[in-house]
Amino acid sequence: MKIRLLFLLMMFFIAACTQGVKPGEETAGGTAGSGTAGSSATQGGVQIGKLSSGVSTAGTALEGKTVSYEKNAINDPGNVLSIRTIYFAFDSSEISDVDVEVLKHHGKYLSLNSGASLRLEGHTDERGSREYNVALADRRAQAVKKLLLFQGAASDQITIISYGEEKPAAFGHDESAWKLNRRVELVYE
Amino acid sequence: MKSILLSGRSRDAAIAVAQVQIMKIRLVAMLFFFLASPVHAVLKVEITEGVEGATPIAVIPFQWTGASKRPDADISAIIASDLRRSGRFAPVAEQDLLARPQQPSDIHYKTWRVAGIDHIVIGGVEFLGENSYKIEFRLFNVYRGEQVLGYSFNATAGTLRTMAHQISDLIFEHLTGLPGAFNSRIAYVTSRRVNGQPEYRLQVADTDGYNPQTLLTSSEPIMSPTWSPDGSTLAYVSFETGKSVIFTHRILTGERKTVAEHSGINGAPSFSPDGKYLAMTLSKNGNPDIYILSLENDSLRRMTTHWSIDTEPAWMPDGGSIVFTSSRSGKPQLYELSLKSGGAPRRLTFDGNYNASPTVSMNGETIGFVHHADNSYKIAVLFTETRLMQVLTDGPLDESPDFAPNGSMIIFASQHGGNAVLAAVSTDGRHHQRLVLSDGEVREPSWAPTRY
Repeated sequence: MKIRLLFLLMMFFIAACTQGVKPGEETAGGTAGSGTAGSSATQGGVQIGKLSSGVSTAGTALEGKTVSYEKNAINDPGNVLSIRTIYFAFDSSEISDVDVEVLKHHGKYLSLNSGASLRLEGHTDERGSREYNVALADRRAQAVKKLLLFQGAASDQITIISYGEEKPAAFGHDESAWKLNRRVELVYE
Repeated sequence: MKSILLSGRSRDAAIAVAQVQIMKIRLVAMLFFFLASPVHAVLKVEITEGVEGATPIAVIPFQWTGASKRPDADISAIIASDLRRSGRFAPVAEQDLLARPQQPSDIHYKTWRVAGIDHIVIGGVEFLGENSYKIEFRLFNVYRGEQVLGYSFNATAGTLRTMAHQISDLIFEHLTGLPGAFNSRIAYVTSRRVNGQPEYRLQVADTDGYNPQTLLTSSEPIMSPTWSPDGSTLAYVSFETGKSVIFTHRILTGERKTVAEHSGINGAPSFSPDGKYLAMTLSKNGNPDIYILSLENDSLRRMTTHWSIDTEPAWMPDGGSIVFTSSRSGKPQLYELSLKSGGAPRRLTFDGNYNASPTVSMNGETIGFVHHADNSYKIAVLFTETRLMQVLTDGPLDESPDFAPNGSMIIFASQHGGNAVLAAVSTDGRHHQRLVLSDGEVREPSWAPTRY
């Protein structure tokens, strides 16, 4: 899993560099060959391959969301930063391509707003050992934190709390509820 | 009873500040509680599977001598209920009793022999005045036609149930050779919503669900209650300060101590058999590992260093090794770490891709745990000598197993009708029962080692 994450981050770095990302307002995922990991393009002789997750990196979640990093951006429901929940597959702390993109923006925001602080709350679904789930949820939050740090957030801007399965968002006993509980929530303080 | 209201540190408006109430159990207060209100079980026990193979026994309603009003505690009913719940005895239903001898001379052995009943219990409760009672019981072997056990006790109204459980333990031990586990307590966590807000409680009750006492009420989660070997103290995890913290809590005085408040996870406390150490899970050094805290001098010793998840320590009875859950082979499995010889932990479970939450029987011969198979989480036991495994329950969401102190039963958390309940299974898997909370969800049971 560590190698895959590293590869992912490398692709980001390469994509961002070759795109010359401009600060200020732009529509996330909208510009052609935009700085999203996974777009296939040849830039300056470098072939950037699409990451194999099967998830469209245009990401319906990101369409139409504005991107900006000024201080109040976190209060704007139309901003990409309004996406505050990262979801996970069962027994996994791997982050989807779409969510990697979302976290890139949060990380950027934190790096540009040194006074901002973020609490990551890790959760799992109800299945299995409660204490093991506290550890698993912590893993998820740590994975999110790593991505944020890579974007330039400072470590002391981020705190992590793991709740394991203790604070579900949905109360059913099947996958429709479980998938809503396997999450990390981003809480700006 | 004294109440302390603590408030957590101030936070974001979106997060509720934890309201915490700590209660102290005073024996005097308990006495008044008994006299003032009808005794009822908040946790109701339901026998879910039959007692095939259980030994028939007749517990005759005890004779009552004294003031006109009988006490609420029905001694013979408590004894019959205890014996039934053990899974090893099938007490005859009261309405089916062939006779009701009150004195040894009343017993007509032939009647009972013909009915196939091996043993009879008779007894009496006498009111001596001024909240003082005398309880007497006798156990008779029908085939030998003689008394094999008999004791008398002094009790107060407040200790009648305790005495009844002690009698159950004496009968159980005489007939099975195993110590009884009826005169004991269970701790557990309840969860419900009050005005749309979550309310968590740490409670302690008798093993039959009676006399629940609340030790802690909080708007933030409580986890992993566990008893000290002398039954005086509970350790548990509370999120009341905004993160996981391990506390110890003396039952009789209500005195609480913070024993682990490191950065990251503080979880899965477990007392050593000599009571001097607390094993726990801490992630302060990067990822969840097993640590041992000395309760005498606060020194902390790190026991695992693998980058995987290592959690849920459970001590072997000689204090020489710890069984724990580790994901070092990819998925959670049980491992054993020797405290004497060091060296890498030894893997114990090889069946299936998820084995976690170990509980060790008092004699160290059996490990109860959660085993995932057929898309279900079930309770299973591993015999340490033969390394054989036996699945005891069906799941689908069974968790948090804990051995009874005599090793004959495992109490655990389960689901029934969409609600979280407690359940117990005999270690041979034959006898099942359920403990249903009247209001809310109940989970994470821990069976006290002794009655103090």
